[in-house]
Amino acid sequence: MLGDIVQYLSDPFNQDRILGYLGEHLQLSLLPLVIGLAAAIPLGWLASRTRSLRLTLMGTANVVYTIPSLALFVVLPGLIGTQITAPINVILALSIYTAALLVRPVVDALDAVPGHVIAAATAMGYRPLRRFFAVELPLSVPVLAAGVRVASVSNISLVSVGALIGTGGLGALFTGGFQIRYLPPIIVGIALTLLLALVMDLLLVGLRRALTPWSRVGGAH
Amino acid sequence: MLQEILSWLTDPAHWSGPDGIPHRLLEHLGYTVVAALAAIAIGVPLGLFVGHTGRGGLALVGLTNGMRALPTLGLVTFLFLVLGSTQTSTLIALVVLAVPPVLAGTYAGVQDTPRGVVDAAQGMGMTGWQRLWRVEVPNATPLLLGGIRNAVLQLVATTTVAAFVGLGGLGRYVLDGLRVYAYPKVAAGALLVAALAVVLDLLLAGLQRVIVPRGLRLAAVTRRRGGVAREPERVGTDVVAGAVAREGANG
Amino acid sequence: MRRTLAVVGAIAALVLTACGDPTKGGAGGGGAIVVGSADFAENELLMELYAGALRSAGAQVETKPRIGSREVLVRALQDGSLTVVPEYTGNLLNYFDKDNAATKPDDVYGSLEQKVPSGLAVLDKSPAEDKDVLVVTKETAEQQGLRSMDDLGPKCGQLVLGAAGEWKSRWAERIKTLYGCEFSEIRTTDAGGPVTVDALKSGQVQVANLFTTASAIDENGFVKLDDPKQMYPAQNVVPLVRRDALDDKAKQAVNNLSAKLTTYKLTELVKRVEVDKEPAPRVAQEFLKNNGY
Repeated sequence: MLGDIVQYLSDPFNQDRILGYLGEHLQLSLLPLVIGLAAAIPLGWLASRTRSLRLTLMGTANVVYTIPSLALFVVLPGLIGTQITAPINVILALSIYTAALLVRPVVDALDAVPGHVIAAATAMGYRPLRRFFAVELPLSVPVLAAGVRVASVSNISLVSVGALIGTGGLGALFTGGFQIRYLPPIIVGIALTLLLALVMDLLLVGLRRALTPWSRVGGAH
Repeated sequence: MLQEILSWLTDPAHWSGPDGIPHRLLEHLGYTVVAALAAIAIGVPLGLFVGHTGRGGLALVGLTNGMRALPTLGLVTFLFLVLGSTQTSTLIALVVLAVPPVLAGTYAGVQDTPRGVVDAAQGMGMTGWQRLWRVEVPNATPLLLGGIRNAVLQLVATTTVAAFVGLGGLGRYVLDGLRVYAYPKVAAGALLVAALAVVLDLLLAGLQRVIVPRGLRLAAVTRRRGGVAREPERVGTDVVAGAVAREGANG
Repeated sequence: MRRTLAVVGAIAALVLTACGDPTKGGAGGGGAIVVGSADFAENELLMELYAGALRSAGAQVETKPRIGSREVLVRALQDGSLTVVPEYTGNLLNYFDKDNAATKPDDVYGSLEQKVPSGLAVLDKSPAEDKDVLVVTKETAEQQGLRSMDDLGPKCGQLVLGAAGEWKSRWAERIKTLYGCEFSEIRTTDAGGPVTVDALKSGQVQVANLFTTASAIDENGFVKLDDPKQMYPAQNVVPLVRRDALDDKAKQAVNNLSAKLTTYKLTELVKRVEVDKEPAPRVAQEFLKNNGY
């Protein structure tokens, strides 16, 4: 078995394919992470302000998160008129999941900013918006980072389902290998997905550390 | 377009026979329930053991995190090629994917029992078993049930994908519809899957309300009301647990 | 508040532009030719062959393997996300003109040329064929005395067929009319892939729809049932293209390739991918090299 995998991996034609799929996989999982986060921050900010909006947004996020990915992938082109094989369907679907997953952490994080800190910032003359970007958002990074890590892992594993609609990054190794009853591409695909998730996670942890220099002062985190 | 989906759903021809909605729905539900029960039978005792004794906690967290990154389609195709039978291979894949959320929920629930309460139980002279059943298990129920809810969502989603290796269930509409590009069929299938997921989740949420001990609910409310300004770090871990409990639903 | 809205608006705009810029240009802009394929090994191999032939004619080529079935591919050609896909004359004709009764290679191709929707076109057909075929296990063939679909007709009521999801809507009526065959159940497996083969081997289905070039038929000693009334029409390999998307030189390169492929050669090439697990691009490249590209 191991021999088969080595043989599969050592073929330059296969290497080309695998690298291509890996790159696609990375884009299909990373773009939604950025887009979803960019959407979740204003949504969460709005939700933390208005109670009715908060309930609506949280409720919607919960329902969205129950929708299976394949269902969302295939329904989107009909809803927004995109090409059936376009990567945008997968990107948008995963962005929606990411946003749904991150709205709650954003709200929680904003709620958790100590009242006296906000009071102090206000007293120093910060207007709400500037206060949000200068004080509240940075303080919420640790909580947000936890959510982003979960979303990153989830996206990376979900992308491959897209192979069933022709856009699935490493997922193509699963459908392709399956069809000719060939395990090496499937095993390599699984291993690379896990590796990608791990590397992304480490990078995100590093990013969080860099963004929260104060948490290192106490040395507790 | 909505019209077409509706007329597909209400067409009597789609309500009978092996490819009819009732049969496909029952198949889907069947796989989900069987796999969920198996996952509970494996995940809960293991989670209780690890949570109670504290042995292997780190390994467990690492394992469940790793499993979360496991691509469903890869696992399903891999197992089919190795085992050969659609039913056996997909059931194993389903259980493999459903155990981690149950396990993580149970473990987190037991771990979540306030230290003081555990000490008090020991001080009262409870044995290990008594402490487990009377203190830790009731305390763990909310997170445990949260884990089961995630597992069920994961199962509904994965069963859909497993249509690729020939499994029945609602995924057939999505995949078969996609092959002939019958959009109403695809969308109807997707809607049925989503509806099933939402209904099951609501049912379990209701169950969670009924089962969770009253004392715990009260405690949660007081904690929230009294929560003036929780430390960000503390909230951080809460959210990780919360997010971990919510996450991983989409196979 | 106005500033808040401005920021929200800016973020929304950012999200939208990010959305509008998908990772890969779907329409294959910049004049590149995009060759796509259906989701099975032989089609992917043909895609590589076309891509190689086009490259040798100096074209800039991208490939998009494993997109889906004919229904999806034709749409992708029409909406401009693909330029060329390998197709099969009979099934393609059936798709464009459901009631067409042509079965012989030249008749099928002739009708196809007329029925292809505007905007699309077919290039020359190849002598190579890959037809649908119903197969049974050796045991079933002996026990039930099955050699052809004529023998099968009266026995269909006790048999389960395993086929792809689209088989029923394409052939269920036709097989009933021609052979009086009504299967007790038509179970959806996959398009001539491992699910179908395993279902037949394990007896979950007794008849399976496979394709004549499939290596699994010989490997498992399955018996192909003759089709004397020619229900399944001729299935010559043929490139379906966007009209006017290829220049003459490119068309010539693909037509030359089609002329060099035969059913025997195609089966051999498919076997190298399906059984020997060689990567399709290499098998294609070697074939092209040996044939003077």
